[in-house]
Amino acid sequence: MAQVSVRNVSKVHVPHDGAPLLALHEVDFDVERNEFFSIVGPSGCGKTTLLNLLAGFEQPTRGELRVDGELITAPGWERAVVFQEYALFPWYTVSQNIRYGLKRKRCPPAEQDRLIEHYIGLVGLGGFESRYPRELSGGMRQRVSIARALAVNPAILLMDEPFASLDIQTREYMQDELLKIWQREPKTVIFVTHSIDEAIKLSDRIAIMAPRPGRVEEIKVVEFERPRDPTNTAMVRLAAEVKAWMRQQVFTSPAADAL
Amino acid sequence: MRLPEDRVVPGPWPEERAQPSSAGDAANARLDRDSAHQQRRAASDPAAIARLAASMVAPRPPAWRRVLSEVQHFWLLVAFLLVWQAVSVFGTRINPQLDVMLPPPTAVFSAAVELANRHALMPQIVDSLYRVLLAVGTASLIGIPLGLAMGWFPRFRSIVDPLLEFIRPIPPLAWIPLSILWFGIGDTQIVYIIFLAAFFPIVLNSMAGARDVDTYLVRAGQSLGARPGELFATIVLPAALPNIFTGVRVGLGIGWMALVAGELVAAPTGLGYMINNARTIFRSDYILLGMVLIGVLGLLLDFGMRRAALLIMPWHKGQ
Repeated sequence: MAQVSVRNVSKVHVPHDGAPLLALHEVDFDVERNEFFSIVGPSGCGKTTLLNLLAGFEQPTRGELRVDGELITAPGWERAVVFQEYALFPWYTVSQNIRYGLKRKRCPPAEQDRLIEHYIGLVGLGGFESRYPRELSGGMRQRVSIARALAVNPAILLMDEPFASLDIQTREYMQDELLKIWQREPKTVIFVTHSIDEAIKLSDRIAIMAPRPGRVEEIKVVEFERPRDPTNTAMVRLAAEVKAWMRQQVFTSPAADAL
Repeated sequence: MRLPEDRVVPGPWPEERAQPSSAGDAANARLDRDSAHQQRRAASDPAAIARLAASMVAPRPPAWRRVLSEVQHFWLLVAFLLVWQAVSVFGTRINPQLDVMLPPPTAVFSAAVELANRHALMPQIVDSLYRVLLAVGTASLIGIPLGLAMGWFPRFRSIVDPLLEFIRPIPPLAWIPLSILWFGIGDTQIVYIIFLAAFFPIVLNSMAGARDVDTYLVRAGQSLGARPGELFATIVLPAALPNIFTGVRVGLGIGWMALVAGELVAAPTGLGYMINNARTIFRSDYILLGMVLIGVLGLLLDFGMRRAALLIMPWHKGQ
């Protein structure tokens, strides 16, 4: 049985004023254990809503989401989240931020110290343990955020456009680092991004979403060997194909006229 | 990111200069070469970068110069005091009444010395400070938890808000007659007036702090396994702290003003009482002294609050 199963999930957002909005329509897929699974799509396709449902921040209007057969009803450390804007606690230092989840897990103090040291080393932040987040660069903050999520040893790592606010060099570096960490400590990763190149570089499979109503249009398997060379002809062709398809989705769908 | 260590830096090399003619020159040339080498290596050594940056700007001025440049800002205040002094001294020669209407700063100063020597000044200051701190302390003790609860639980807010909004527009001073009936003239009555004045800014700011906590921080806490109580203590409370501090600071400022107003109307002691009492005996130097003390103490209280904020929220520096 697949580790994560999303069954016929629909989500309706009801704004305070205005008509209910169908954010997700009959989304249905599985994610295998230790798979790197990406969700791509243009803005407004419901990919963040889907991640919020997986995290347990929101509940589906129809359908159900399960992890290892258990219904997702609330957020929890088994599904740790890495946010686009890092969401580090400004009042805690780097090591206190990483300690946060371990404390909530009632992890013994000695074990906490060991894990903090391990994950600070893993994301290459040795020497910055007692800095506050505001003293760090964007890339370093995101590394703290990843270390904080990994430290609680979640069953699934949920990442919501984690590298979108970084500059290109830092982003590519972070992608490589994430892959290295993932290969060293395998884990199921569900990775939301609007960048097709990023998804092709990282993922085992990619769910391609389309907007109005938000839905999964296709799931592509990416079989290239890692580390992947982004200039590889087959990868370039795949990226071009998906991009052309997505352009067509965004600009020729019937609702696009209403924009 | 590191630059290649052997990157060539253009510039005059020591070798291109005149040949060293003695052992001393040779040593100097080697020093020059070392410093050029250091500069090239600076790219990978934080301490060297810091030294390089420091060498490019003027050194920090000595302490006495920095003090002097700070003191310079007070020239207008000093000029104001001098003009005040001149107006009262020369004005009295033209119109003798000015002696009572506007005593000079020197007279205010000697009034302070005189009262202090008679042990008549400190008790007033202590009484006033005691009232304000007791009242603002109580207002914080009740107002902060109430405000946080209102900010964090929207349904609680929707119930409490109408009541608060009904009472809030009534100026604290309008409560004075009723509070005298309730508590008589004395500490309790004045503390009650200050409490009313300080309470609302504290509640409203604490409420805004808890209400506007970044959703992502709350979600991050939840996804790391925080239970509701932990979420409140570890995320909502620290996130609201800057607003809570603003509320208490504003409350203290308004409370200080309410104190003086309350003491002017009816009080057995305190700085407001001292001012009002001095009026009945035509001692305008005491009045002015009271006014200056109220201003200076208000300033000190606010300064103390800001220092406390820095101590309690070290992560919040410079914001």
